[in-house]
Amino acid sequence: MAEVRVENLTKTYGPLKALDAVTLDFRDGGFFGLLGPSGSGKTTLLRAIAGFVIPDDGRVLIGGEPVERVPVEAREIGMVFQSYALFPNMTVADNVAFGLDVRRIRGAERDRRVKDVLDLVQLGDLGQRKPHQLSGGQKQRVAMARAIVTRPRVLLLDEPLSALDKALRVEMQVELKRIQREVGITTIFVTHDQEEALTLSDEIGILRNGRLVRHGPPREVYNNPRDAFTARFLGEANLFSGSLEAGGLRLPDGALIPGATTAMVAVRPENVQVSASEPSGPIRLRAEIRRRIFAGAMGTLILDRHGEPIKAIARDSEFAELPDNGRVWLSWREGSAIPVENAPN
Amino acid sequence: MASAILRRDRLRALTLLSPAYLWLTVAIFLPLSAMVFFSVLTDVPFGDREWHLTAGNYQAFLETGTYARLLWKSLQLGATVTALSVLIGFPCAYVLAKVVRGRSREALFLLVVLPFWSNSLVRIFSWAIVLRGNGVLDRAVNAVLPWPVKLNLMYSQSAIVIGLVHSYLPYVILTSYLALQAIDDSLIEAARSLGAKRLTILRRLILPLSMPGLVAGAVLIFVPVVGSFMEPRLLGGRLGTYYGTLIEDQFVAVFNWPLGAALSFILLAVVLVILGLASPILRKARL
Ligand SMILES: Nc1ncnc2c1ncn2[C@@H]1O[C@H](COP(=O)(O)OP(=O)(O)OP(=O)(O)O)[C@@H](O)[C@H]1O
Ligand SMILES: [Mg+2]
Repeated sequence: MAEVRVENLTKTYGPLKALDAVTLDFRDGGFFGLLGPSGSGKTTLLRAIAGFVIPDDGRVLIGGEPVERVPVEAREIGMVFQSYALFPNMTVADNVAFGLDVRRIRGAERDRRVKDVLDLVQLGDLGQRKPHQLSGGQKQRVAMARAIVTRPRVLLLDEPLSALDKALRVEMQVELKRIQREVGITTIFVTHDQEEALTLSDEIGILRNGRLVRHGPPREVYNNPRDAFTARFLGEANLFSGSLEAGGLRLPDGALIPGATTAMVAVRPENVQVSASEPSGPIRLRAEIRRRIFAGAMGTLILDRHGEPIKAIARDSEFAELPDNGRVWLSWREGSAIPVENAPN
Repeated sequence: MASAILRRDRLRALTLLSPAYLWLTVAIFLPLSAMVFFSVLTDVPFGDREWHLTAGNYQAFLETGTYARLLWKSLQLGATVTALSVLIGFPCAYVLAKVVRGRSREALFLLVVLPFWSNSLVRIFSWAIVLRGNGVLDRAVNAVLPWPVKLNLMYSQSAIVIGLVHSYLPYVILTSYLALQAIDDSLIEAARSLGAKRLTILRRLILPLSMPGLVAGAVLIFVPVVGSFMEPRLLGGRLGTYYGTLIEDQFVAVFNWPLGAALSFILLAVVLVILGLASPILRKARL
């Protein structure tokens, strides 16, 4: 177990910067979620920490020591691949014991550790199966067990749950968190699924075009995204931009958002209030209802404001008295408008 | 009801398969039967020759030690050539499948399959030019080394082995290449992340997973090499008498087809027995 640090990490493929001067600390024993659109460099960052990708510039430190001269097999890492990469010619128990065999841990000690870790991932009685006789979730658990049985200094997971269906994924998220808590290994987790990252992580980082845009505890990043990209990428956000005045933010159609201190603000859909009658508060915007989407308890309203789509989410019953079409009022409580910077591409 | 459908399906399958079976019958079964028939005759049943049934051709193998001795020699040759081909071919296939990428892979692949496309006689005579005393190899070695060496590999056991290995190497390279290619790179990465070094990965992952291809290649080499006659004859000269050349002689020189046929079937039986004995061992090696 160790903290991991990457400094100024840069990797280029021809003209493309897969990683662009990324500096980031991964806390000892922490669960770090790496997020970002496809091609943003998440896998490259993970593989650079593992040692499969040799960076052009910058360095990786594991437990405070630079590891550029340490090959993958000596870095003491555990890795779970998206495809699980279980060895098809070995039983589950032998798969799990592979790392122990390499370290010449034999006999009773080997058997005990294999049994303990299989119990930990709740696969105690499947040790003699071959990988092709397992379900997706079971393979996932074996891959996990194999990666942690050697007590690595850091556990690297590249979209480990993306091959599972929704229900199983949620179950495995809980499992993953439980296992990580029990063994306390520094974990770096790549995912496409922002909800997954928000639920699991102590800290998240958002990559875009090889650059680290934002990192911090999930709640902090969600509540204060700081820039338009993060606001949109993490959760959903309605963006309003215009010119800054003494009283607030003047939108192109003349409406004023009082109290705003930046030329752009973001409002989460769940904070947008929609009403048929004019609201009493200082924030009053007009919009037209375009579409209603019913999804069980919650409803979504797609509105249109001068060609800009706006999204509002609330209990479906709250939308009940609204007309199906036509003009309505938008408002939100004053603290709900998050100041953001317009992110350059 | 269900069985009626099953019967209809089976009938349809039989109809669809019948051309294939017909072809197999004509192409393999008939000639083979003819050879079985020949092997129990006293003389070829052509023209007005006298013939009757006999087991004498098979008895000849048991009574004359020479035939068995030649068969043993050929089996040893098969084992040597197979072993050498595997030792050379597997690393080549590994480099081809897992080390080189893109363009250079295609170029190397072409080099590997080239022997397939060249005429085997041309190939053997080329080796003769290279290997004979004062030949290409001899001169090259003497040009490099300061002291004179007399390299005369021609008409030796080595020349036969070199020629055969060159001819049959592509089989083991191709079958191993296909097996290695099917091994997902993430398996190797996973093993490395668990701390395994190259040799461990080779022993515990790559070899077991590519064993089926390796075995297929070895069988593809062993069987024809045991019966080979052209390379022994042309590159071995006086030493080049093997079981294959013995059979060839019966057909083209001595014109004793019945004995040739009987010797062929004995070879077939021995090879099948060897493969049968080896298969449980080879199957275990995969686990
Ligand atoms: N070996 C390589 N050669 C060339 N380009 C590469 C290589 N590996 C990655 N890239 C490029 O680097 C960029 C970052 O790739 P990376 O795999 O890290 O993205 P990612 O964030 O993991 O994406 P995804 O979510 O789709 O997995 C991509 O544009 C990709 O095309
Ligand atoms: Mg990726």
